[in-house]
Amino acid sequence: MLELKNISFVRDNKRILDNINLKIYDNKFYAITGPNGSGKSTLAKIIMGIEKPDYGQIIFNGKDITNLSVSDRAKLGLSFAFQQPVKFKGLTVYDILSFANDDALSNKEAYELLEKVGLDGKEYLEREINNSLSGGELKRIEIATVLAKKSELCIFDEPEAGIDLWSFQGLIQVFNEIRENLSMVIISHQERILNIADEIILLKEGKIVDSGNTEKVLDKIYNN
Amino acid sequence: MNKTDEMLLENILEDKPILEADAYNIRKNGESIDRKVNEYISIISKQDNSGIDIYVKEGTPFGIINIPVIITESGLKDVVYNDFHIGKGAKVVIIAGCGIHNDEHKLSEHDGIHRFYIAENASVKYIEKHYADGKGKGKKVLNPVTEIYMESNSSMVMDTVQIKGVDESLRITKAKLKDKANLVVTEKILTDGEQTAKTVFEVKLDGEDAKAKLTSRSVAIENSYQEFKSEVIGNTKCFAHVECDAIIKDEGKVKAIPEIQANTVNANLIHEATIGKIAGEQLTKLMTLGLNEKEAENTIIKGFLR
Repeated sequence: MLELKNISFVRDNKRILDNINLKIYDNKFYAITGPNGSGKSTLAKIIMGIEKPDYGQIIFNGKDITNLSVSDRAKLGLSFAFQQPVKFKGLTVYDILSFANDDALSNKEAYELLEKVGLDGKEYLEREINNSLSGGELKRIEIATVLAKKSELCIFDEPEAGIDLWSFQGLIQVFNEIRENLSMVIISHQERILNIADEIILLKEGKIVDSGNTEKVLDKIYNN
Repeated sequence: MNKTDEMLLENILEDKPILEADAYNIRKNGESIDRKVNEYISIISKQDNSGIDIYVKEGTPFGIINIPVIITESGLKDVVYNDFHIGKGAKVVIIAGCGIHNDEHKLSEHDGIHRFYIAENASVKYIEKHYADGKGKGKKVLNPVTEIYMESNSSMVMDTVQIKGVDESLRITKAKLKDKANLVVTEKILTDGEQTAKTVFEVKLDGEDAKAKLTSRSVAIENSYQEFKSEVIGNTKCFAHVECDAIIKDEGKVKAIPEIQANTVNANLIHEATIGKIAGEQLTKLMTLGLNEKEAENTIIKGFLR
């Protein structure tokens, strides 16, 4: 489905990513983990096109997407949930879900999406995506937009950041539900998310230092 | 009315048919051309000045009044005084505004002075929308003045919208609030080209527990200029919140001048102002949903001015 070939990214004279080679296969769940500053979020942004690599190539379903814009990649079937959800004065939860769906959603469809992330649609659908929403609520709405988009490959950048325990339980359930029909790349430090992944990719100082079967990689992480 | 008149009316009234209003007065090129009243609402032409007096009877259950102005004559400067006398406990929605169509090269100007006398316990929702178009080089100028006098426990919600088309505008809104009066004003302005739009708010909270909330959302694009000046004075135990948010693009400029004055320790007055370009992460987020950059930008501006 997705292949990264020799991806390197430099910022302020520092190698943030150094010759990354990675293959993401259909209907699999990958967790990318590693210490702070290891390049995890940058790698996720490079896949989505938010950051451009200094070197390397990105292939999605056989097509070279290295120079495609974020919106072109979104149209091809990639989606991205931000670590810090973005706020919009004037745009409502319904607006953003409908944009993600590429068409106006019925109220019933929108309620179902919000229900999946533990929010009462009737209460939230007309709310503006602004400071009146808590960090946890914004995060759940961010995840609902990714669900609304029905992409082939969903990228989640630290979905656990800023959400409460109850929401986290629901989040694990959501990931388990949607994993059957799409590929997922989740940037995470959270053990419970790492545990349910098919494969783990361990990054350190911009390099992949280990990857493969979850049990094998976790065993190495915990025993080193 | 011809097709241009109907188009201007539709833009001011947002497609709500004027004939469905309980009362209305249509003013075209300086003269009243049609009017409707009912048992609760009367409209009387002023004898000493250009304009009308609108009387809403005490206890009017719920009334809708439309007061649109149309200018299609290039070179016309129309000054009108409209006074609204809202009786005790009455509830009304008033939709007003000016539509200018100028296909020639002379200046067309409308200066509407609207005064609201709102009695105790009355409630007013006032929507004012301005629209201008035309192929001529003649400037389209609007200078609306709104004076609001609110008695105890009355409330007024005022929404004003000015989206493109108007070359110059100076909007002055003055209000005096007595005990427990509640004023909410929201203005939305988009300017482009060489347009200028200035807004002045002067609000005096004289009564105990009076409240005022003034919100300005503006977008200045290309080479346009906007100025927002607010002066809020709290003379007693009261609350006021002034918020000015502006998006600038291209060479657009926005100046916000806040002035809040508390004349007692019990006055709680807040002013917030934010001016800046569209945030990059907002564009990126919408692009991750499949919108291109231009669509994302338009969506953000449309939402901001909604």
